[in-house]
Amino acid sequence: MTDSRPSAKPLSWWARARRDKILLLMALPGLALLLVFHYLPLLGNLIAFQEYLPFVPLGRSAWVGWDNFAVIFNGDPEFLNALKNTLLITLVQVIFVFPAPIALALLLNSLLSERIKRVVQSVLYLPHFLSWVIVIAIFQQILGGSGMINNFLREHGMGTIDFLGNPDGFIALLTSQVIWKDTGWGTILFLAALTQIDPGLYEAARVDGASRWRQLWHVTVPGIRGLIILLLILRLGDSLTVGFEQIILQQNLVGRPASEVLDTYVYNNGVLAGQWGVSAAVGLVKGLVAVVLVLGANKIAHIFGEAGVYKK
Amino acid sequence: MSTIQKGIDDGPGTASRAVKGVVLLICCAIVIIPFIGVISTSIASQQHVTNSGGFVLWPDGLNLDAYKSIFNGGVVQRALLVSVVIATGGTLISLAGSTMLAYALSRPGSFGQRPILMIVLFSLLFSPGLIPNYLVVKEFGLLDSLLALILPTAISGFNVIVLRSFFMGIPDSVLDSARIDGAGDFRIFWSIVLPLSKAVLAVVGLFYAVGYWNAFFNAMLYISDTAKWPLQLVLRTYVVNNTELSSGDLGGASADQLPPQESIQMAILVVSLVPILIVYPFLQRHFAKGMLTGAVKG
Repeated sequence: MTDSRPSAKPLSWWARARRDKILLLMALPGLALLLVFHYLPLLGNLIAFQEYLPFVPLGRSAWVGWDNFAVIFNGDPEFLNALKNTLLITLVQVIFVFPAPIALALLLNSLLSERIKRVVQSVLYLPHFLSWVIVIAIFQQILGGSGMINNFLREHGMGTIDFLGNPDGFIALLTSQVIWKDTGWGTILFLAALTQIDPGLYEAARVDGASRWRQLWHVTVPGIRGLIILLLILRLGDSLTVGFEQIILQQNLVGRPASEVLDTYVYNNGVLAGQWGVSAAVGLVKGLVAVVLVLGANKIAHIFGEAGVYKK
Repeated sequence: MSTIQKGIDDGPGTASRAVKGVVLLICCAIVIIPFIGVISTSIASQQHVTNSGGFVLWPDGLNLDAYKSIFNGGVVQRALLVSVVIATGGTLISLAGSTMLAYALSRPGSFGQRPILMIVLFSLLFSPGLIPNYLVVKEFGLLDSLLALILPTAISGFNVIVLRSFFMGIPDSVLDSARIDGAGDFRIFWSIVLPLSKAVLAVVGLFYAVGYWNAFFNAMLYISDTAKWPLQLVLRTYVVNNTELSSGDLGGASADQLPPQESIQMAILVVSLVPILIVYPFLQRHFAKGMLTGAVKG
């Protein structure tokens, strides 16, 4: 062992703790923060089984069994609507958001000039680092009632379009914002995978007379297929979580029926409307299902032979 | 052809090259034009802003009235101060906690390493949920305290793992020679490990700093005292929700001389953008690398 500390005999539990007391003290602040703000809240889920009132001290609330879960088991329309919107948004985003960085990465990868490629990347990565508040404020300047596009339409005597307040267009709006913010950044993993493809394969394909499209189909796509499948599985594992901050910020423009998702349901009914127990119950079930989905997704990803989330 | 080309043979097709160029140009324009518009609106003259319906694509000059009005001691200036305090204080707390925890986890065979590591790793798999989080913050009496914007997100398990992997890569011989010289664990950490890890500390520090700077929902949930609002919340109230900024909000500037609301709004937006733009070149270089080493762990 390179460890220079005395270790001839296996040390007793107590001796090891004493030897490493400084290390343990160093670990303590970070560990305490994790325990208090990540694990202790798990206990807070107990209020899902209580009639919780904010002014009653924690632990004194009446136990009500599974009553708070009735909205889920009996299919409360508001809850079902939030679930439906959540799954619909996931579906739309898997179809439209997921392929965008793949297409962009293929395009960037086919550029011959490294310099142009780097300039384009610098521009397209930027929105990833902006907060949702900023992104939405920017979208309002472009699509809002007095935004760039509607100003243009007005000047040219055309009718204006209500992009931001139209409940039917809300999912399209969310989707376009996600594409604007994260497509560039999403290319990173794909670009890295593309550089791993053996150039000899292209050379061989060309010798065999393959056209550029056939090279794309027979060399490039198989080269990144593993990554695509892995990321898709992980995205599906995250099905129940869709842009909470993004939606909360824009909810008042389109109303709750069109925009309510599970996370906003918990916030609106719990923190704002005071139904603490019920929203904690919904949050708890959502959290449990989400963990099962993430673990399941990892399992499937492992089967496909790629390293998952919790494995290094 | 003597050299092996990296990707698909682009062939002689000038047409395809032109199409690619145009597509990428459009992509870049869609990202860049809004920024230009935001900055232009913040510095355009009052007349120009009014004439163009509230959004200016290119300014008619340089008019800093909007910036003067928000730096006149009002809500925006105060919120900027709050955000700076949170971002710097939070980053220091996060870095201190994360590096010490990561170092303790990086020493081979240290006491309790396995359970502590499991606690860190499992924290990546779930988030505790909004209501329970709120209850914990409330029970600790942190509502309306800036600490509520720092402590709950202070330790990111992902960052701890990144730091730990880096610390584990430091050759044992370096640490052992210090130990032979009689240095204790903290001394080794402070005067050998940290100086060797400047680059990774900068990257992780920026991870945290950008997170604190951009966070908005925690403030909305925990802070009701408007005097403690961070910039993102001010941005949401006065720009996204379009609440009118009165002269009182702006430190009592003479009401008749206020620049147009649109310019003030865009000036607030620019102020919240600038720190990100300043660190962006660094972010882009190192985050891309970090994302690849972390692969899909995030």
